[in-house]
Formats: sequence, C-alpha cells, structure tokens
Amino acid sequence: MSVLALKNVSRSFGPIEVLHGVDIALRPGRVHALIGENGAGKSTTMKILAGYQPPSSGQVLLDGRPVGFASMGQAEAQGISMIHQEFNLAEQLTVEQNIFLGRELKRGPFLDKPAMRARTRDLLDRLECRVAPDRVVSTLSNSDKQMVEIAKALLRDTRVLVMDEPTAVLTRAETAILLRQVRALREAGTAVLFTSHKLDEVEAIADDLTIMRDGRVVWTGEAAAMDQHAMANAMVGREMSDLFPAKVSTPGEVALQVANLTVPGFSRDIGFTLRRGEVLGVAGLIGSGRTETFEGLCGLRPATGDVRIFGQPARIDHPWQAQSLGLCYLTEDRKTRGLLLGKGLRENLTLQALSKFSRGLLDTGAEERALDRAIADFDIRGHRGALVGNLSGGNQQKLLFAKTMLADPQIVVIDEPTRGIDIGTKQQMYVLIRRLAAEGRAIVVISSEMQEVIGLADRILVMRHGRITGELGADATEDAIVKLAMGVATEREPA
Amino acid sequence: MSDATAPRRIRMTVIGPILALVLLVVAGALMNPNFLGWDNVTNVLARSAFIGIIAVGMTFVITAGGLDLSVGSMAAFIAGLMILVMNSLVPSMGVGIPVILVGMAVALLAGLAAGLLNGILITRLGIEAFIVTLGSMGIYRSLVTWLADGGTLSLDFALRSLYQPVYYGGIFGITWPIIVFAVVVVIGEIVMRSTAFGRHCAAIGSNEQVAKYSSVRVDRVRLTTYAALGLLVGLATIMYVPRLGSASSATGMLWELEAIAAVIIGGTVLKGGFGRVWGTVIGVLILTLIGNLLNLTDFVSPYLNGAIQGAIIVLAVVLQREGKAR
Ligand SMILES: Nc1ncnc2c1ncn2[C@@H]1O[C@H](COP(=O)(O)OP(=O)(O)OP(=O)(O)O)[C@@H](O)[C@H]1O
Ligand SMILES: [Mg+2]
Repeated sequence: MSVLALKNVSRSFGPIEVLHGVDIALRPGRVHALIGENGAGKSTTMKILAGYQPPSSGQVLLDGRPVGFASMGQAEAQGISMIHQEFNLAEQLTVEQNIFLGRELKRGPFLDKPAMRARTRDLLDRLECRVAPDRVVSTLSNSDKQMVEIAKALLRDTRVLVMDEPTAVLTRAETAILLRQVRALREAGTAVLFTSHKLDEVEAIADDLTIMRDGRVVWTGEAAAMDQHAMANAMVGREMSDLFPAKVSTPGEVALQVANLTVPGFSRDIGFTLRRGEVLGVAGLIGSGRTETFEGLCGLRPATGDVRIFGQPARIDHPWQAQSLGLCYLTEDRKTRGLLLGKGLRENLTLQALSKFSRGLLDTGAEERALDRAIADFDIRGHRGALVGNLSGGNQQKLLFAKTMLADPQIVVIDEPTRGIDIGTKQQMYVLIRRLAAEGRAIVVISSEMQEVIGLADRILVMRHGRITGELGADATEDAIVKLAMGVATEREPA
Repeated sequence: MSDATAPRRIRMTVIGPILALVLLVVAGALMNPNFLGWDNVTNVLARSAFIGIIAVGMTFVITAGGLDLSVGSMAAFIAGLMILVMNSLVPSMGVGIPVILVGMAVALLAGLAAGLLNGILITRLGIEAFIVTLGSMGIYRSLVTWLADGGTLSLDFALRSLYQPVYYGGIFGITWPIIVFAVVVVIGEIVMRSTAFGRHCAAIGSNEQVAKYSSVRVDRVRLTTYAALGLLVGLATIMYVPRLGSASSATGMLWELEAIAAVIIGGTVLKGGFGRVWGTVIGVLILTLIGNLLNLTDFVSPYLNGAIQGAIIVLAVVLQREGKAR
C-alpha cells in the first residue's frame, strides 16, 4: 500500500505541457529513486508530490485518498518534507535559526534557545557535519548548506521525505553520510524519494526505481532489475556508448604560464603551464581552494603572481581584462553567479559577448540567430521564451556553457562542468570539451568527480589546502588522486 | 510557485500605467472642457519636462540597482551657481548670448561633476547609494542656501529677458522644454532598449555577481549612470532657470521623490534589473496630470495633491507585484 502516489498526473506551464499522465507510488520503508534526463520532469513531479505545485489534471493520493494540498504547510502537516534542488535557506540567519524557522521552540512567550541549540547540535552530529549552530548560513560552503537542509527535514517527523538532487553538491564522503541517514530513515519506516544523476548512488540505495523521459514514465519497478548501464539506456532512449571520448591531443604552443600565484586566504604559490590543445584537470577536495585559485587568476578576486598569456606578461585585476586576453572562467555556481534567472535565454546567452552584437545599437536579429545556434550546438531543451530560472538545472548549465563559449575564449577554465547534468548530456559535454581542445583551445577542468577528471584530462593537478600537492598523467588512478588530495603522499614538492 | 513566462508578466505591468493615464485624461476631459485644450496640454507637458528629464536619468540609475536622492538639491545648487556665474560675467562680457552660453556650460559641467562625485563615492569606495546621495542631498541644499545667504539669488534683470525664451519660446507652438524633454526621452529609450549599455544596466540590477562574472565592467557602467543623471539634472536646470530667473533654498524641493515616483509608476523595478524609459514618461505625466486636474476642478482641494500622488505610487507598486503573477 503506498503512502503517497500520483495517478495520471499532467502539468502544464502556460500552453506547454511538461508532464503527461505520470504515475508514481511511494511505499513506506522504501527508498524510491526517480531518474531521467535534464528537463524530463523530475523536479516538477516531486513538487507536485510534496504539495508545492498543484497538478493540472490527475490526482495526488495520500494513503490512497485523493488530496488537494492548498499549501505546502498542509503537506508538511501530513508529514511530507521536501529538499529542493535549489537551496531554500534564509542566508542571513544562523544555522540554528534556519533549522527551526517557523517552528521555533518556546518556553512561555520566549524562545527556548538552549533547547534549540542542543537539538541543532544533535542533528548536525548525526550528519557528521562540523558546523557551529550559530554560523550565519551565507558563510557556509555549498555542501554544508545541503547538510543544513537535510537537518531541517530530519527535524520534522517525516513520513515521506522528497529530495531533489541532494548529492549534487556533496563530496563522496558526505554522500556516504547522507546515504547512511537515508538508510536509517528507511528502517524507521519513512518513504524516501530522491533523484540523482549519479547512477552509482541509485544502484547502491534504491529499492524502487522510476525512469522518466520527456515528461512520461518510461519504466518503473524494482531497482534490482536494472544495472547502471540499463538505467542510462532507458533514460536517454538509446544505447549509450563510452562516457568519455578518446583523448586525441596534440599540445601546441604554451597558452598559459602561471607562477607564484597566491590568492590571500585561499591558496599559495600555485604554478603550472598549459598548452593549446590540452585539457588540464584540477582535482581536490571541496575546500581545497581550487575555485578560489582560478577565480583569482581570472580577476574575480584579489590575487598576486606572475601570469603569462601566450608568452606575454598579463596583469589581470578584472574579469573583463582576462576576457580581452582570451581567458574566461565558467563558474560552478550557475544560479547566483552564472545566469540571470529572471531574464530570458537570449539576454543571458549574449551578456558576456554583447559587444559582438553591437554596432552602436544591438542587433537583436543576430542575437536570435546566435540563440538558434546555441540551442542546436548545445542541445538546450526548454521553451524558447521561458525565463532562465524556469529551465531545468541541466539546461541552465548548457546555456551557461554556450554563453561563455560565445565570447570565444582561447583559454577556458571550466569549474564543475557537469554538476546536476544527466548522463546523456554529460557525454555530450565531454565530447564538446574535447572538441574545444582539438580546435586548439587550452582548457582547465576543475571537478570533484574523480572519474570525470581521469576520463577527460591529459594531465591532472591535485590541490590540497590551497597548494598543488602533485601532478599526475592521463593514466592516473583514483587512488593516486585521493592520496594527494588527502595529503597521504607527495609526488612533487609544492612549487 | 509561479508559472509566469516572460510575456504574461510584461503584459500586466505594461497595461497598468497606460490605463491609469488614459483614465486620468478621460476624467479630466469630462470634468473640464479646457482640459484637452492646446494651452493646457502644452502647459502640462512643459511642467513635466524638468522632472521628466531628470527621471529619464533616474530610470538608468534605478535599473542598474542604484538610487539618487540628491537630484533636487543638485538642481537647486546648479541653478544658484549658474546665476552667480552669469551675474558676475555681466560687467565684463555685457548682456548677451555668450554669457548665457557660459551659464549653460557651467550648469552641464557642474551637473556632470556632481554626478561623477556621487558615482565615484558609490563605486570606488563601495558606500551604499542611499547613504552617499542622502549626504550629497544635504550638502547641495545647504550650499545653495549659503550661496543665496538664506534668501534668493536673482538673475540680472536684462539677462533674464534675454534668457526667458528658452522656457517660454519654441517652434511651431511647442516650447523648448517640451522639445528637449522629447529628445531626451527618445535617446533614453533607444539607449535602454537597444544598446549594450542599457542591457548591462539591467544585468547589473538583476544580479551584480552574474554581471561581474560575465565580464561586464560593473563599476564603469554604474558610474556612467550617475554621471549621465548629473548631466541631465544640469540640462533640466538650464530649462528651469529662465522660468523664474531665480534660485533659493526651496528650488527643486522634493524633485528627487517625484522623479523616483515617476520611474516606479512607469514600471521600472525599484530593486533594479528591469527598466523602461517610456514608462517613466507615463509616470511623470500621471503625476503632473493629477496636480493639473486638482487645479482645474474643484471637487478636491489642490492641497490634497500630495496625498493622491502618494496613493498612486503605492497602487502602482501593488499592481507591479500582481503583474508578476503569483
Ligand atoms: N515554472 C515553470 N515555468 C515554465 N516551465 C517550467 C517551469 N518549471 C519547469 N518548467 C519546464 O518543465 C520541464 C521539466 O522541468 P523539471 O525541472 O521538472 O526537470 P528535471 O527533470 O528536474 O530536470 P533537471 O535534471 O535538469 O533538474 C522543463 O522543460 C522546464 O523548462
Ligand atoms: Mg530538477
């Protein structure tokens, strides 16, 4: 008997129907995985289940009875919690205030701060999260924010927990902790629904599995019946070949030469060389200073050091200076740094290279043609007139990619290129990155996914605590990277 | 959650201000037959011109996520300075067009300098626009009071009659302030809608981080919005001085609020990120028409002008929120 289910649910936004007759049933004490390509309708399905959006037609069944949640408060009162794909935290409040937001503990008319503090500590301990309860949320790393979100959901007595890509921003170790919590919830009889683009996680923990494609359920059943390869095939609707394209690189002239790069507070004495046609991987744990180092390099934060671009000494204090020298940084944080969520696709696409479309006045026609090309080249799916904030996460990522490449940089730093991207698109991205290299561009890929760095890069730098701890070749093993990232072995003295 | 797609959201906020303006015009025509007469129409437009020219500049500042509270006192200070300079030149240069041209140049330069100063303090020192311009508002107001020694600065009498046509004269029965206003509006609309600068303003106002990461020269764009606003304040002052031929500590009082109100009524988002110049024009016209209507009819006391304007501003913002379709 299912605790929460959708029956023949469709959902339209304006004239566009994005869910077509979806059925899904969550059972108590089972973990249900929902997988599918970007824009397949996973988030929308979850929001309807958790009462954040009403279905356009069809029914939501709670304990077998149709319900119409008028508000999310009602769904919550029924023991249904949801963790969204985007963070839903009050950035200016503390961890503790966030966790208890709207359900503060009181003693008489006053807040019972000691009790809340103790509960918060307790919850965070369970998640092995070492963040002080009085830290302001805006100062937390993405993975800590996710832990706070999870703690918030754990606080409520949940019969049904819905999690939209909870592991997208987590490291492996953190993911393992989360999965342990999920198992504990399952033991306690909670019905858990989650999505992830990491199919190994799905294989490891799911009892039930539903696969969606283009707004329809294409497969549902016991998870044990599918291995990762079969899941990937069902998601994309075709036979998936190798995830990573062949590395055919012919390194050309030196494009970027960095020495003694120091980003105060984040990294010290970084040095490396990058040639045209090369893909340089940068691995390391979250917090090892990879993002900050390259933001510093590209003029996005204060930094010192000797940088040469195509042999010429370069002084870069602002991102536009970097861009004019042919160096661009593609952010890992598409929601707050990458895209204008309240604007359309066209405005976002051309923002970084607007001068190309302007001879005094902007040539909107040329912009539209550029959008046509980007939609085709990067396989961006979604309604053309939509606001970017309404695109699915993966399609936002593709748009961000298209936007940066429109500026035609010769040297590109790509930070977490496939965060939140489905496996079919990932494959496309990898092909694309290799193609950019083959065209003679120089590419840096920062990634927390070790498989990705190994599969994609010609050389790999590993960072730890703001320093480069080693350099590995294309034949690097995961083990070797982990050792350098954790500081167990040193293959090269810090430069 | 919203299921707003771009077209729907814009439709609501577009219609709102136009509808309000049409309603006002119809009401006015019904209440007083002179309302749609040539004289009254040109009168309304001319009165709108000063605030209007400033409000066009304000549209860019607000769209880029900024604010400028100092424009009213800036106008007063520029007016005072202009009059002093012109008066002091009369003995050496005599009464003539050159003196007036020098006065105009002083006004534009002073406006540009004042705008740049606001902009530099905001972008280079990173002080809140509200604080910086609150400060400069007080400074300019007090400077003009000091220049006028607490009283009124009057333009040389002979010079005044020479200068007057700039306000009262025109071509084809359309006075100069209206013509200048129209030109400013057309240029402003084009810049906002179809140049990289306008696009950059909206990008910075929607999310400064994103703009920065997209290689937009954020500080330069924001500085430019303040400088352009200052220049436009200078231009408005040039049109305003010949009207009365004097400046005092009461000149340009509350212009900043009227300009900001016009921008908001016109559908520009106060938080920034979206602006439209033609909306601002409608906003200015609405504000001026209310005053004009109250003067022409006697249902409501003209003293209630401020109350009605205030109510309309709040209503406009409420409509904007509805327009974002929840
Ligand atoms: N508020 C909205 N307005 C318009 N279209 C929307 C809205 N929300 C979602 N969509 C559209 O519905 C479709 C499904 O989106 P959804 O976010 O459910 O995909 P998803 O499977 O979660 O993808 P991802 O893996 O990228 O997160 C997409 O085409 C998206 O553009
Ligand atoms: Mg999603």
